[in-house]
Amino acid sequence: MLARTADNLFWLSRYVERAENLARVLDVALRLSTLPSAYAGTSNEWESALDTAACRDLFFETHEQATQESVTRFIIAGANYPSSIRACIDIARQNARAVRTALTSEVWEILNDAWNEMQRVRLDALSGTDLTRFLAFVKEVSLRFDGAAYRTMLRTDHYWFQRLGMYIERADNTARLLDVKYHVVLPAAEPVGGGLDYFQWSALLRSLSALNSYHLIYREGIKPWLVADFLILKLEQPRSLASSYENLNRVLDLLAERYGRQGASQRQARRIFADLQNQDFEKLFQTGLHEVLTAFLEENAKLGLAIEAQYLQ
Amino acid sequence: MNAFDEMRGDGDSLRPIYTDVARWFESVPPDMIANRRAEAEAFFRRIGITFAVYGDEQGTERIIPFDIMPRILSHAEWTRLAAGLEQRVNALNAFIGDVYGARDIVKAGIVPEDLVLTNPAYRPEMTRIRPAAGIYSHIAGIDLVRTGPDDFFVLEDNARTPSGVSYMMENREAMLRLFPELFGRLKIKPVDQYPEELLATLRSVAPKSASGEPVVVVLTPGPYNSAYYEHSFLADRMGVDLVEGRDLFVRGNIVYMRTTEGAKRVDVIYRRVDDEYLDPLAFRPESTLGVPGLISAYKAGNVTISNAVGTGIADDKAIYSYMPEIVRFYSGKEAMLKNVPTWRCREADALSHVLAKLPELVVKEVNGSGGYGMLVGPHATKVQIADFAEKIRANPTNYIAQPTLSLSTVPCFVEEGLAPRHVDLRPFVLSGADKVRIVPGGLTRVALKKGSLVVNSSQGGGTKDTWIVEDGSAASMSQSQNQGGV
Repeated sequence: MLARTADNLFWLSRYVERAENLARVLDVALRLSTLPSAYAGTSNEWESALDTAACRDLFFETHEQATQESVTRFIIAGANYPSSIRACIDIARQNARAVRTALTSEVWEILNDAWNEMQRVRLDALSGTDLTRFLAFVKEVSLRFDGAAYRTMLRTDHYWFQRLGMYIERADNTARLLDVKYHVVLPAAEPVGGGLDYFQWSALLRSLSALNSYHLIYREGIKPWLVADFLILKLEQPRSLASSYENLNRVLDLLAERYGRQGASQRQARRIFADLQNQDFEKLFQTGLHEVLTAFLEENAKLGLAIEAQYLQ
Repeated sequence: MNAFDEMRGDGDSLRPIYTDVARWFESVPPDMIANRRAEAEAFFRRIGITFAVYGDEQGTERIIPFDIMPRILSHAEWTRLAAGLEQRVNALNAFIGDVYGARDIVKAGIVPEDLVLTNPAYRPEMTRIRPAAGIYSHIAGIDLVRTGPDDFFVLEDNARTPSGVSYMMENREAMLRLFPELFGRLKIKPVDQYPEELLATLRSVAPKSASGEPVVVVLTPGPYNSAYYEHSFLADRMGVDLVEGRDLFVRGNIVYMRTTEGAKRVDVIYRRVDDEYLDPLAFRPESTLGVPGLISAYKAGNVTISNAVGTGIADDKAIYSYMPEIVRFYSGKEAMLKNVPTWRCREADALSHVLAKLPELVVKEVNGSGGYGMLVGPHATKVQIADFAEKIRANPTNYIAQPTLSLSTVPCFVEEGLAPRHVDLRPFVLSGADKVRIVPGGLTRVALKKGSLVVNSSQGGGTKDTWIVEDGSAASMSQSQNQGGV
């Protein structure tokens, strides 16, 4: 396959995944902002949304205050934010357009429809039910994209590069979301099970469509360390870091087998996965969750670079 | 001007070939037609078949308007046209080879030497390159117009990079989805074999050094090109890679593409990039669309470039005017397809005639295309005519003139209802080392503005599906319509 095609496929699904995650970030913030401050704590939800989306500095270049209106507008379609939801869909479609030959028509049409829809919606004036409907639409784009790819694409390198992008981006986003939330909620010394962290964590789980599955796995109330365990280590949880890396390893192995060659990407992915498998949640908290997550984000980014060097140039 | 209408002839009775279709459209409720038109529009937008209009800041991506009333030709009409097309394209290929070879046609005094040598599309490099099987224009689009039941003319030859074939195929796809009833009734010749025939043609002209299954790629300037949809469509349907210049490189006079598994040799490049941009080492040094070293690999005979470099010389409208002589010279026979009478403004007699009759004529730049830079005398204001006369006087060599033809019309669904609009037809002719292949039909373009004769998409033109109907079904139709006409 053309290296540029692989590059386009990789980034195409990264951006779709990113758009979905941004929608989820706004979901969490919206949900928390509806709570009385006694339950939600004093922290500004909208600032933490900016942290999760990694665009705090960019935002404050042009804004004084992080409010619901200004942050949603910025994350959805901020003119100077190159990874806004609108930009993500734009870039995803540009990439798709550049590799139409590598996509099935079902996959292409989902992105093209989404793009057409984005042209239609007035993104700078979304609020109330329009806003929730829009966020649901963005998440649906990614569900449909994923489903169409899964159901219609040949299982060849075309499909695999697309999956690589998705899992790398997903791991990145889960780690960020968790890291930011961890700072927002109380330090571990505080008594748990109280109102504050309960709502914070349940909003987080809910926005990841993981609230019910959390209860299924743990059969007890929401505990911060169990949420961390769930989103970092549990293979059963499809958005967890471990699950993303299980998949990354599988896909990279398929590529290595097909091309008859292992390389730096395979080694890096195996190393990260092994690290995750050697963790348990007690160790996580001894090391410090923030440190673990920061290190993970760095290693994950390195895998992205390794894939680029090995296949995409 | 009273144009020949392909559905109604010169009068009010239906021509037999259209009977079934016309009756069908009359019999269905108007809101159903409106619905299907909307569906067609949605179909084209959904699949993303768009084109970009240069110089238009607003709509960077537009769809070409599609009209649901098909344009129909009989098998007998098509057979005659196809024979003429094959003859003409064979002559074009012989001519291009001769121009870059012995120049017999110049020596014979048929085509003036300066018309060849000073032509901007003439590429001296090609005098030292002989493409595989001596074929230059593997894909040619010949624009045909009609003025009466039996009168077809060639309006233009596109031997360089004719586009529009994806519309031919998507138009058919849309019609099949929207009007399955009609396809059940008429025997309409299919067109979806085109990509396969294109691939067979391209493989047949692979260099000798190529492997048993030559590697073919489509070379595009990229997603921002106006015809990008078509480039990706063709690569997709042929099952070959769609590459940009940066995906290819040349080492040891061999062309490779960069893949996820390293370098892979390329044998045939169906390029949709103009000559000047192909290779910064041979042509425009600032071009980033091309591949450095491509032309020297071409010279070494290690790669086939399709269409060959330098075929644009045959698109020249002054050369066009010599086509009847060119066909006779290489085939020894009279041209089966007629040319439109053409005055070459480079000749003094012709120039004074043209300037005197400007309000009646169509004037075109010899190297123009896309409907840009032309004058349609009968539709121009006095000021426009006077301005154009100045341009012609300043540079007569740059212009040719033709009588304003009364192009045939086919009814179209427009705002006022069903109304006649002028059409042309661009069939696509594939010339391989083994044979010439022509998919029945081609792209019908229609001038959607009332009375307009300019069909180009950049000038408000649209398209129609073109049906070549087998004679069997035509015969059955004329039986049911025996009282009128033909």
